[in-house]
Amino acid sequence: MTHSKTILTAVSALALAGLAACGSSSGGSPLDQPTGAASKAPSGTIVVGSANFPESELLMDIYAGALKAKGVTVDTKPNIGSRETYIPALQDGSIDLVPEYTGVLDQYFNKSAKATDSQAVYDELKASLPAGLQVLDKSTAEDKDAVVVSKDTATKYNLKTIADLGPVAKDLVLGGPPEWKTRESGVPGLKKVYGLTFKEFKPLDAGGPLTVQALKNGQVQAANLFTTDPNVPANGFVVLEDPKSFFAAQNVVPLITKSKVNDTVSSALNAVSAKLDTSTLAGLVKQVVIDKKDADAVAAEFLKQAGLG
Amino acid sequence: MDWFTSHLDDVWRLFVIHAYLAGLPLVLGLLVALPLGWLARRFSWAYPPLIIGTGLLYTLPSLAVFILLPGILHTRILDPVNVLVAMTVYTVALLGRTVADRLGAIPEDVRLAANAMGYRPVRRLLGVELPLAVPVISAGLRVAAVSNVSIVSVAAIIGVEQLGSLFTDGFNRAFFAPIVTGILACGVLSLLFDVIIVVVTRLLTPWTRARAAS
Amino acid sequence: MINDVIGWLTDPANRDEILQRLLEHLQYVVLATLAAAVVAIPAGLWVGHTGRGKFAVVNLSGFARAIPTLGLLFFIVLWLGPSLTGDLAFLLPSLVVLVVLAIPPILAGTYAGIDEVDHAARDAARGMGMRGWEVLFKVEVPCALPLIFSGVRSALLQVVATATIAATVGLGGLGRFLIDGLAVRDYPQMASGAVLVAALALLIDLVVAVVQRLTVSRGVTGRFRTRPGRAAAGGTDETPPTRSTTSTSTTTTVGTSS
Repeated sequence: MTHSKTILTAVSALALAGLAACGSSSGGSPLDQPTGAASKAPSGTIVVGSANFPESELLMDIYAGALKAKGVTVDTKPNIGSRETYIPALQDGSIDLVPEYTGVLDQYFNKSAKATDSQAVYDELKASLPAGLQVLDKSTAEDKDAVVVSKDTATKYNLKTIADLGPVAKDLVLGGPPEWKTRESGVPGLKKVYGLTFKEFKPLDAGGPLTVQALKNGQVQAANLFTTDPNVPANGFVVLEDPKSFFAAQNVVPLITKSKVNDTVSSALNAVSAKLDTSTLAGLVKQVVIDKKDADAVAAEFLKQAGLG
Repeated sequence: MDWFTSHLDDVWRLFVIHAYLAGLPLVLGLLVALPLGWLARRFSWAYPPLIIGTGLLYTLPSLAVFILLPGILHTRILDPVNVLVAMTVYTVALLGRTVADRLGAIPEDVRLAANAMGYRPVRRLLGVELPLAVPVISAGLRVAAVSNVSIVSVAAIIGVEQLGSLFTDGFNRAFFAPIVTGILACGVLSLLFDVIIVVVTRLLTPWTRARAAS
Repeated sequence: MINDVIGWLTDPANRDEILQRLLEHLQYVVLATLAAAVVAIPAGLWVGHTGRGKFAVVNLSGFARAIPTLGLLFFIVLWLGPSLTGDLAFLLPSLVVLVVLAIPPILAGTYAGIDEVDHAARDAARGMGMRGWEVLFKVEVPCALPLIFSGVRSALLQVVATATIAATVGLGGLGRFLIDGLAVRDYPQMASGAVLVAALALLIDLVVAVVQRLTVSRGVTGRFRTRPGRAAAGGTDETPPTRSTTSTSTTTTVGTSS
């Protein structure tokens, strides 16, 4: 009797101790270890987040590495989700910095975004940002959304540009990330700008294996992939040209909470942006996605070679 | 298995986080389910709401609960507390009914014998009824433990880092190694919880060992 | 929030899609559970009746429950996806995972049910001259029905919940509202999806409960009009059998939910 009571009391005490430990900081002790997911990081720490696709995670690691090399305390939160998920996280302080792309970010904040070329988009973006957020220097590296078809589809319908899809779209299934269904830079936008009405839109993933597979095997005939995606050349996919610049310039740019900006941070990140260009970025992404190397290892290697890490 | 050996640190880190996110709710859930189940037995009007309530809670898809909790709890979006609360709710949903049913299935003659020996209600609960209920409650806890380990991995879809992150990372890169490692690690964790629960149960029920010996 | 959900659910613009996804989800659930039952029930009957393979069954059920659904889903999609054409590429991997997850509860319930059958009933049947098959189907199965149903209901709940996760790999069904809503942070859509899933799970459980009520013999559940005390039990749930090492018998909603 007393034996089991003792054990019951011990277990309850342990549980209460555990409660107490996690009561002080909402993360609890194991979560404060190594990269620690504590939501109340000491001030001066920069929490870098990423979207849910490999290139974003890679850029996150590059930014994090560059900041660490300059002595900033850094914490990473990879694979948060789509823009609609991590921007609120940025705004509520869960993360401080996230790698972004000028064009789509501009469209996210500015429903009447018009600019299409690199500098114009960047300026328009700076004006569209809500209070508290800031973008640093943009990079020449660009990764644009694209509408991609398989080589066979391109030959069959003689497709070179997105506009060529006009007459045949009603027979084709379009695949893309779920957010494309309602995003201005997605299905509604394609209809508005190019007059395209597809037979069906299949929500898949953000330029990931589902989309690549679906395009390869014919479950979709047109898909949203990214221009630095190594799967595009690897499978002989055809990137349709965008004469109306529907997909505006998409330069890689760090989006950061204004209160976290200081000289160290901005010089570190601007140096990264200066050293990145499209072909370098594409090469790095290939190492992560095709060669299956770790994003942080690839990032570290890049920083070392660029003299930033 | 090269990938596993070269990523031992990361896997271990995620393993610990996962153990915390799945394990703490087990303890908390049990601590909540015990009085809840007892209440449902003590006051018979409380039993149907308990059954319906727990049944309903368990049918809510975990992904939805993870996503919607920040709005309800006013926590930040990426706060792991969301996962902890959700998992505790699921554990209570699984165990509440087990506790209530088990406490209700204690043979009447045992209860009467305890009364005859001079046990007051509280002492009887702690000294007789709960210990007798331990085997079945522990069976329920084992199921909850395994269930928790699996559900927590789903939180990777909303960016909570734990073993499930291995799945999303592997999938995004069409890379099998992290996925397989993650599945095996979850299996190991489930086994670990199971062993711990079985051992504690054994300690709490010395009479079953005596019975087996005789 | 609740107003938003009600608003979303009653919005005529969403009606078609809600119906489509509901039917899709129902389709997956029925298909997967049926397939699982076809495999698990005969296996459970055989193990329970002959007593062989007990160790394998009990441990297999426990082991299979420990497989994380998300991981298994991603694994099978990556593995089988490339070799499948058409929409089957989305459906088949998800169905495989759902079946794999539905088998353990049904198997455990069936085996436990047959195992728990009163020895007296079995002996009486043999005494009456019944052969193996007859004993199984005329005596053991009817007595085991409550636990078999318990296993099936547990499996159904699991499948309904897990099918929502399959939306991450392109499957349709109610999970689409969760995943698509998540992608654009459309809380009303996500919450409505969750409500619909819960409602569907409860509805399916209700239907099966009715079937159970109709098919399980009153002699097994003790539901006689002359014994008002036992009639309240309703035959839907059995008190935990003492010998069972599985836990499907403790509650009808036991099982991993995802």
